[in-house]
Amino acid sequence: MKDLYQGQRAMRNMRRQAMQRGVIAVLDIGTSKIACLVLQFDGPSQFRETDGVGPMAGQSNFRVIGTATTRSRGMRYGEIETMAETERAIRTVIQSAQKVAGTRVDHVIACISGARPASYGLAGEITLPSGKVTETDVARVLASCDVPDFGRGREVLHAQPVNFAIDGRSGLSDPRDQSGSRLACDMHVLTIDGDAAGNLVHCIRRCDMELAGVASASYAAGLAALVEDEQELGAACIDLGGGTTGVSVFIKKHMIFADAVRFGGDLITQDIAKGLRVSYAVAERLKTLHGGLEATGRDDREMIELGGSTGDWDTDRRSVSRADLIGIMRPRVEEILEKVGEILEAAGFDCMPARQIVLTGGSSQIPGLDVLASRILGQNVRIGRPLRIQGLPHNATAPGFSSAIGLALLTAHPQDEWWDFDMPAEHYPARSLRRAYRWFRNNW
Amino acid sequence: MQGLNPFHRGHGDGGRPAPVRHVPARPAPALNRAPRRDPAPSRLAYRLNRMMLRPLVRRLVHIGLPAFLAAMVAGLWLSDETRRANLTGGINAIVDRIQHREEFMVKMMTIEGASPVVDKGLRAMLPVDLPASSFDIDLEKLRERVLKLDAVEAVDLRIKPGGVLSAVVTERVPVVLWRHARGIELLDKTGHRVASVTSREVRGDLPIIAGEGADLAAPEALALIDAAGPILPRLRGLERIGERRWDLVLDRGQRIKLPEDKALQALERAIALDRAQDMFERDIAVIDLRQEARPVVRLGLEAQNAIRRARGQPEIGPDGKPVEAAGKSGGKSTKKSG
Repeated sequence: MKDLYQGQRAMRNMRRQAMQRGVIAVLDIGTSKIACLVLQFDGPSQFRETDGVGPMAGQSNFRVIGTATTRSRGMRYGEIETMAETERAIRTVIQSAQKVAGTRVDHVIACISGARPASYGLAGEITLPSGKVTETDVARVLASCDVPDFGRGREVLHAQPVNFAIDGRSGLSDPRDQSGSRLACDMHVLTIDGDAAGNLVHCIRRCDMELAGVASASYAAGLAALVEDEQELGAACIDLGGGTTGVSVFIKKHMIFADAVRFGGDLITQDIAKGLRVSYAVAERLKTLHGGLEATGRDDREMIELGGSTGDWDTDRRSVSRADLIGIMRPRVEEILEKVGEILEAAGFDCMPARQIVLTGGSSQIPGLDVLASRILGQNVRIGRPLRIQGLPHNATAPGFSSAIGLALLTAHPQDEWWDFDMPAEHYPARSLRRAYRWFRNNW
Repeated sequence: MQGLNPFHRGHGDGGRPAPVRHVPARPAPALNRAPRRDPAPSRLAYRLNRMMLRPLVRRLVHIGLPAFLAAMVAGLWLSDETRRANLTGGINAIVDRIQHREEFMVKMMTIEGASPVVDKGLRAMLPVDLPASSFDIDLEKLRERVLKLDAVEAVDLRIKPGGVLSAVVTERVPVVLWRHARGIELLDKTGHRVASVTSREVRGDLPIIAGEGADLAAPEALALIDAAGPILPRLRGLERIGERRWDLVLDRGQRIKLPEDKALQALERAIALDRAQDMFERDIAVIDLRQEARPVVRLGLEAQNAIRRARGQPEIGPDGKPVEAAGKSGGKSTKKSG
């Protein structure tokens, strides 16, 4: 835990440096595309009081000055499969984003969608010696959480305090300076596969960029796609990506659960390519242009030219009805949604007060998905587009960009993590200079 | 699945014959398409691109490098003596050709308001021979040189259209003659020298002043001469004493010593005395007005002797000594008898 603490503290410092310099890049490395947004932080003074623009959770003090997207390469299930290919794709996207922005970017915040995330809810409790909660008490209660065995090679990606309780008064978000005798806290910890995270870090280092933070893609997508009330009342964000489908559950503006299914839009394309015996590119085009989930009588009559360039006239001139295409896509989407439903059930989503489900991500643009999802997951389903941020070009406002935009929001207004609090003194290493100093002072 | 099998396609319209296809003898060679270029930049290109985005490097490459190249090429080209000479020669030729266009040529000079002497001097001062380009004539410098002539008070030089260099000269008017140890000069009303003359007769109409430093106080002298109206016929001139005050010299050797300041008032008082008592007609050698409260008069020799005779004292000669010599008794006898 010490290494993790130091590493995360180092990344926080890097992020602070980047904010001082004013330019930071946000990199969403997905399975089907890599998106890069270059953010410029102009400070909070660009709007006047009379404009009616408040701090808006930090959204008003940055704007997007460069956007670039490229096809992802060497990625599978949201993890890096071929390092060199991914590195080239990252180079491409960063170079083109820099070209659009016209500035050099040195710091990057990345998000990782796959790498088998696992959520843990931790609880800790301490007695308050002074009868009042101080900063160090908060750090102590966070440190007192009993950490389960995460398993070998797991890294903690997020460790966020979600709830504090003092003497049975629960639901406090900021317990400082409150009086009481016992302080308890709940912490949500998200761990991912250490090797996958290491690969990502290595890839970014190879591109001469300084990593200023790593976040979970499903968490970022939730930040961008859920509106504030949904985050407050309880909602699940389902990020239907290319290789993975991320699920994150929010309540009281904190993420309390995150997971990812290793199914995604690429599987739908694969099914189309196999079922219709067309190439992968043609299948992708068919899915994008003609795809759907609810077949109607009209779809039987709507014939789609498959096209192709195999050289065989008969093969290239085939056509299928749209109902056939829907018939291929629907079972796969149902399967993905059922997996998501299982995850939500395992997370105890049914016990939440408001069971709002927001679908976002590139695959959420399939027509008819909201009807299908409400049939499988529950009634309150909507398709969520990411929040609009300043300077974002129109072609980057699609649902597929919600994790990139959520990452930008997270950069502007970072969530308190466990490592943002000072480590309690007894957790310092034994050879700490401060300890030696204290020993000297006490003995002489 | 409907439509997936190509043979089931178009089953609606029965036995349509298959389209005629001319099968080539061997399959057409696959188009040897070049493999699609990798859109990713190489590591080197990426690093160079990022380096170029540094503001300093960017400025160096975009401004510094072209400037350096231009300077180097120019330097190398100019390092040859012949090329440099050719370049300067070419530039000079172009400048010359423009400056010697017909429109810029000055063909004649007109001088107004100058006496023949000044006219001649002015023409001699022109640094170039006419016709010349107006670029070669520096009017400001020429004007300064002309103003160094004593006889010229002001000059207005301009180049008029049609190639005429026009000089309008205002000459100094001599109003007084100044005699000093080195000769006689004509001065204008400010005391500035106008010209030298050989003798006083050249300008008999002008009053004369004398003494060192008289030219510096020439305006005062002119005021005194103006004020000396009634005695002007008798005025021989003004003399500067000790570069400090004026002496008014009348004929018959009379002299009015004026004070250093308020000389004009003192002179007016003396003239008033003369009018009232006919003072200057009497035998008075010197009227000393230097002390305002106490004017002093020195009598002439005749008057002194008349007083002495009346007192029965011996007469004195011009040297101030009593006359006793027998040789001179004949001359004095008439006075004694009178």
